[in-house]
Amino acid sequence: MPKDTFSWGAALHAPREGALNKGVRLGVKLVIRSRKLSTETIAVAMSGGVDSSTVAAMLRAEGHDVVGLTMQLWNQRRLAGREGMPEQVTGRCCSLDDVYDARRVARQIGIPYYVVNHEERFEREVVRPFVEEYLSGRTPIPCSLCNNHLKFDQLLTVARQIGAERVATGHYARVAYDEARGRWLLRRPADLSKDQTYFLFGLTQEQLSRTLFPLGNMTKPEVRELAHHHGLAIAEKPDSQEICFVPGGDYKRFIDAYLAEQGESLPDTAGELVTTGGEVIGEHAGIHNFTVGQRKGLGVATGSPLYVIQISGAQKQVVVGSEENLYSKSLRAKRVNLISGEDLRRPMRVSVKIRHRHEPAPAVIEKIASADTGAGEILVTFDDPQRAITPGQAAVFYDGDVVVGGGWIT
Amino acid sequence: MRRIYLDNNATTPVLPEVLEAMRPYFAQRFGNASSIHHHGQEARGAIESARESVAALLGCQASEIIFTSGGTEGDNLAIAGLVRTGDHAITSSIEHHAVLHPCQHLRELGCELTILPVDGRSRVDPDDVRRALRPNTKLISIMMANNETGVLQPVEEIAKIAAEAGICFHTDAVQAAGKVPVDVEKIGCHSLTISGHKIHAPQGIGALYVRKGTQIHPLLRGGQHERSLRAGTENVPGIVGLGKAAALAKAGLDRGDDKKMAAMRDRLQQGILARVEETGVNGDDVPRVPNTANIHFDHIEGESLVIALDLKGLAVSAGAACSSGAIEPSHVLVAMGLRGDRAHASIRFSLGKQTTDEEIDLTLALVPETVARLRELSPSYKKQAVSQ
Repeated sequence: MPKDTFSWGAALHAPREGALNKGVRLGVKLVIRSRKLSTETIAVAMSGGVDSSTVAAMLRAEGHDVVGLTMQLWNQRRLAGREGMPEQVTGRCCSLDDVYDARRVARQIGIPYYVVNHEERFEREVVRPFVEEYLSGRTPIPCSLCNNHLKFDQLLTVARQIGAERVATGHYARVAYDEARGRWLLRRPADLSKDQTYFLFGLTQEQLSRTLFPLGNMTKPEVRELAHHHGLAIAEKPDSQEICFVPGGDYKRFIDAYLAEQGESLPDTAGELVTTGGEVIGEHAGIHNFTVGQRKGLGVATGSPLYVIQISGAQKQVVVGSEENLYSKSLRAKRVNLISGEDLRRPMRVSVKIRHRHEPAPAVIEKIASADTGAGEILVTFDDPQRAITPGQAAVFYDGDVVVGGGWIT
Repeated sequence: MRRIYLDNNATTPVLPEVLEAMRPYFAQRFGNASSIHHHGQEARGAIESARESVAALLGCQASEIIFTSGGTEGDNLAIAGLVRTGDHAITSSIEHHAVLHPCQHLRELGCELTILPVDGRSRVDPDDVRRALRPNTKLISIMMANNETGVLQPVEEIAKIAAEAGICFHTDAVQAAGKVPVDVEKIGCHSLTISGHKIHAPQGIGALYVRKGTQIHPLLRGGQHERSLRAGTENVPGIVGLGKAAALAKAGLDRGDDKKMAAMRDRLQQGILARVEETGVNGDDVPRVPNTANIHFDHIEGESLVIALDLKGLAVSAGAACSSGAIEPSHVLVAMGLRGDRAHASIRFSLGKQTTDEEIDLTLALVPETVARLRELSPSYKKQAVSQ
């Protein structure tokens, strides 16, 4: 009996009734996949959640040398109890509870496990830019920055240092080498409802070549089932949704507390509320309180509902208008990373996702030169107008399930 | 996998003789030392013999030894049990957190606190202590040996300053006891902390020497145990283990084991410096405990080196573990003025009684190859290689 089949079989001890068939089906899938992998050392980025824990258990059951790594990115106690922040540490990322869960899983499946400290870099590369983006009137996505600068950069380095050429994560995405193009491709996962490729568009070829996404062909329920099969206590742990370092998702309070901790004062970004026609209809207390598409908390009452259409950092203006004004047909993306190797010398038909929870919409993308920098930007023209295109978010381009690339909406 | 343990400043294995001495005190001789019957007397006898043995290691009276749950409790008792609101205390920036944190807490309770700097070799200057004295100074607490560098502090000179000023001197001797002779009379301290698990006794037991006549208040109340300084039913097996370990430590020092240990450590240290370029010893050229070598390996992250070595079976440490288990730069190395990158690139090797020459040989083979691999991946190392 081949080793991988045996180890998978051994993991099937005492499954629940009914779960067995599914487990066997999954098992077959895993055995096929595992033949492609050598028994090398693989570092698994473990968050203490069900996805990454299951990845570690799967790879272990397949007979790999697995090392669990958790990145300590943010000290949740730092801002706890400050003005407006909760006394109790409830944030999900890097909380002691999560490290405890990850360590328990590692012990249970019998792998070495380490917490590596990247707090300084996380603050510099993710938290600071997050705060600055909001203060400039944009709506940032820290998860993409974290993936680019921490998870698929620092963690890959640490992995190589400790003898692991490849890193596996619990992201829902697929990565595969395309012989014809000679490139590593990032593709959407089988479970589109969990698709995380939106946060992974910045990955380089080198990073993709060393990355494994073992959950790419599985659905979330299947992952939970597998976690049960492995007897992992975190099998029913709820998914985390919020930004890991912002407790309760209240980013405004976070920015206040962070700046206070740094001994900096909140810059004065108060200004005018104007209509799309340029009429001043009120004042606002600071542009970082707004995001495009926002309806509540504008502080003005009019007959019809008003939405934030645009935020002008330079003029400290918040432009408001009707819902129709929210729709627009085009956007520009900067700092673009192209994964699939398209040179975009000619316009290309793709579908484009402009926020995490957005159904990719048909569009044409083409290269343009930026007016101010001359650097390459991408112009995206949608077939149909899209709601609330938000500067600071990413635009990610798909050709079917292949990620062509992506950039930051200007 | 063959495993080598060179992290004895974190904890030490319980020696077989210690384990044997403790064994009857779990199920067989289980008595409560406060009971008047046979079982109680048996436990009481074991505790008092252990007390004598610990007193012999430290050169004091048995009645001056208070058993605690370990080094942290001993330090807390010596500090918080003495200093009162309005008092001033003096300590150093390289103390263990078991001293620093209680001192900082006292400041919150209305005490004054001076935290003295150290020189580039992690030594406190006794003149700094003298200059820090105030009319309301109640306590000086300076460690005997530093846990990170192993560097010995000028505790006798500091004790003299305290004596001249008529104030108390406490020293945390957790990393010194068993490694170098510790004589409370010679030092001249009022209180001194030791921990069992640093001298091959189990975790969860320690002792505080308190000089007769020193007014210390208990932190734990609830009984007359330990001369009313530490309420709570005694940890008899632990105390017995500590007593045995103290006796073995004293016998070892009398035999000159510390010199053998120093020779082994020096071989390790010199071997690494000879085999790996761009390294150096933190706290070199000053008296150190014989088991510790703290070495910086430029261009790499100590954290990665510790993990890489652990995966190959060698246990060493870098910096301080925070609550999650991640490594933070050691406050000791930072206080010594070590460059930030060097503080991040430093590894502590600490030997124990069980360490063998063969293990040193294996370590000398493993460390250079692992450092070389990490440096291959280090941008600053590569840049330098190109420019040369």
